[in-house]
Amino acid sequence: MNSLNLQTDWQYDPAPQSTDHINLKESYDLFINGAFVPAKNNNHRNTINPSNEKIIAKVADAGPDDVNLAVSAARKAYETSWSKISHSERGKYLFRIARIIQERSRELAVIESMDGGKPIRESRDIDVPLAAAHFFYYAGWADKLKYAFPGRETQPLGVAGQIIPWNFPLLMAAWKIAPALATGNTIVLKPAETTPLTAMLLAEIIREADLPDGVVNIITGDGSTGSSLVEHPDVDKIAFTGSTAVGKEIMKKLAGKNKPYTLELGGKAANIIFADAAIDQAIEGIVNSIFFNQGHVCCAGSRLFVEESISDEIIFKLRERMETLIVGDPLDKNTDIGAINSKEQLKRIQEYVKIGQDEGGELYQSKCKLPNTGYWHAPTLFCNVSQSHRIVQEEIFGPVLAIQTFRTVDEVIEKANNTPYGLSGGVWTDKGAKIFKVTQNIRAGVIWANTFNKFDPSAPFGGYKESGMGREGGIQGLLPYLKLNPC
Amino acid sequence: MNKRLNVRKTHKMFINGKFVRSESERTYNWNSKQIKTSINICQASRKDFRDAIISAKNAFPSWKSKTAYNRAQIIYRCAEIIEGRSPQLIEELALQGISQSKAVTEVKQTIDTLVYFAGWADKYNQIFSTVNPVSSPYFSFSVLEPTGIIVIIPSEKSGLLGILGGIIPTIIGGNTCVTLMPQDYPLCAASLAESLHSSDVPPGVVNIITGFQSELLEHFATHMEVNGLIYFGENIDTITAIEQNASQNLKRVSICHDKDWMYNDSLHPYSILRTQETKTTWHPIGY
Repeated sequence: MNSLNLQTDWQYDPAPQSTDHINLKESYDLFINGAFVPAKNNNHRNTINPSNEKIIAKVADAGPDDVNLAVSAARKAYETSWSKISHSERGKYLFRIARIIQERSRELAVIESMDGGKPIRESRDIDVPLAAAHFFYYAGWADKLKYAFPGRETQPLGVAGQIIPWNFPLLMAAWKIAPALATGNTIVLKPAETTPLTAMLLAEIIREADLPDGVVNIITGDGSTGSSLVEHPDVDKIAFTGSTAVGKEIMKKLAGKNKPYTLELGGKAANIIFADAAIDQAIEGIVNSIFFNQGHVCCAGSRLFVEESISDEIIFKLRERMETLIVGDPLDKNTDIGAINSKEQLKRIQEYVKIGQDEGGELYQSKCKLPNTGYWHAPTLFCNVSQSHRIVQEEIFGPVLAIQTFRTVDEVIEKANNTPYGLSGGVWTDKGAKIFKVTQNIRAGVIWANTFNKFDPSAPFGGYKESGMGREGGIQGLLPYLKLNPC
Repeated sequence: MNKRLNVRKTHKMFINGKFVRSESERTYNWNSKQIKTSINICQASRKDFRDAIISAKNAFPSWKSKTAYNRAQIIYRCAEIIEGRSPQLIEELALQGISQSKAVTEVKQTIDTLVYFAGWADKYNQIFSTVNPVSSPYFSFSVLEPTGIIVIIPSEKSGLLGILGGIIPTIIGGNTCVTLMPQDYPLCAASLAESLHSSDVPPGVVNIITGFQSELLEHFATHMEVNGLIYFGENIDTITAIEQNASQNLKRVSICHDKDWMYNDSLHPYSILRTQETKTTWHPIGY
């Protein structure tokens, strides 16, 4: 079979998104009690653009004193303003925030791609619109909570401490802030250390929306800032998205504290392709499942299970398709795969690729040319691996797919469930009955059938087993921020 | 004329649908305040607990796959059986120092609790499931599924209602469980197991062990096949120990107030939600 030579036959001209529109400050302070204030210790850290390693801005590094200030601002706001205003007014603030995110969407998308390395196509079409949609969705809940949980009266928890990861910085902030505010809580949010900028823009937006001072506080810092927040005695609830290892530490720290927590952690999703699937659609689905956002996705379909009879065809077509993926400048509108988020993450991915090879996995990488500066990783497949391989068991959080085959439905269900994780899964087949057989038996919180990586504010998201607890999104996403009392 | 010697009951545990002694062959001596006799109660070992978990794990796939209607009938059957055994349970409660009138109330309330939750089996998913109006051409829906293997540490103060108050909302939702009887109120274990056994509750769905919480607690919270743990009590050291150990595999821990089961409202579907997970499924709409 002659295939297109993609290096010569199918080239795109550069189509960079302009950055004229954005206005970045040199330095960002902490957002506490409605104002931007420097960190008490005056420490800063640089945030860099992972596609060219250039410093974009300086960002304040919050210490324990700053955490204290932010928590007491949130406490005061909870007691004096946020719990006093009517629920419908509370909702209207959230609607405002949604609208301003929509209005400033271009700016947010560009900065998201600069700070985190994700392709502008994704930040523009997925991250930013979904962030606005989350605020819009939960805005409407604020004055309808009494209809949400039959036979129960709802009560906010108080001050929520929220810690978010670097893979969807603005979107995760929206996932956390919107339901917490709608249910009447106040917030101290800590963005990830490598991607703080859109959260600081969100702070500006919150100010622009005239939200009462202290209702939302955003403090930048690293793991130690997050740790102080988790351990702060005056925080009533912790919501964390990140790695399973840190999730376990948080649960341990909160032991005996009578402080509710939601954890949205890692995954190692099985994406299952049956012989009767629409093959070309499935190929697109595989690409989306593992290469979306450079594979920095907790629900990525990082374990591919292909029915044995079609495995040669799938692997052939997948390799062909991988060659068409454009890896490069995140701000280029044609880019499919952007930069790896940080040097550390790139190192981790490279280590896993080496482990995969050392364990006997058969490596295939697309022949794309990677830029000289910045952090990049080519789309990668491993064949000839089995359940016990580390690259099959452990979360890599990069564009690395481990492929296995199967013969029967029962076999693939057992293999898919053979993991401590349980966040998501995928199944591809044209048979409806088979879809339900498989989706009912995969022990995971989100299952995509004949699609993958779809998100919506109305659809709850979260894991089984070691992928975490609690749900974000939907009516279910209100519950982690409420106490239910008999009425 | 010789007085007839009564036949005493050997108090055993209930694992995998069988009545067993502890593999360790240990017992502890339980003394009745009411009668002069003392009773030997099995003192479960870590191994007994692990056996119980294996049985709960094996029972889980078929129990969760039973129709809700079927689970409802099995739990309702349980109420029927306990109704018939009321005098025996009342006697056992009385033997443990509970007044006759309180014992009667506790047994009645136990039966009514079973009936109440039997009725929820095919309804809670209708209340708490959703069709998600996503803004894209997909059909998206979210349903509840059981969390899995649950360990229940019931109230130390109630030997019947408190036990079933933990077990029933757990198994009605498709989970399987291992329960430790309160050390001071262990006598209903066998009668309770006999009732479950003759109600077609499949082997392994409910496992009941007796012994010391202090000895078993660490194993409950560290066992990697356990998905969730429900503790009824207020002891802060116990809660801390449970939650610390549970973090090893992110067990869902529910801490429930050690309420007075007789007077508190325990009849609501939110106790079923303690051991449920939400699963969201998506499918494209098109042709």
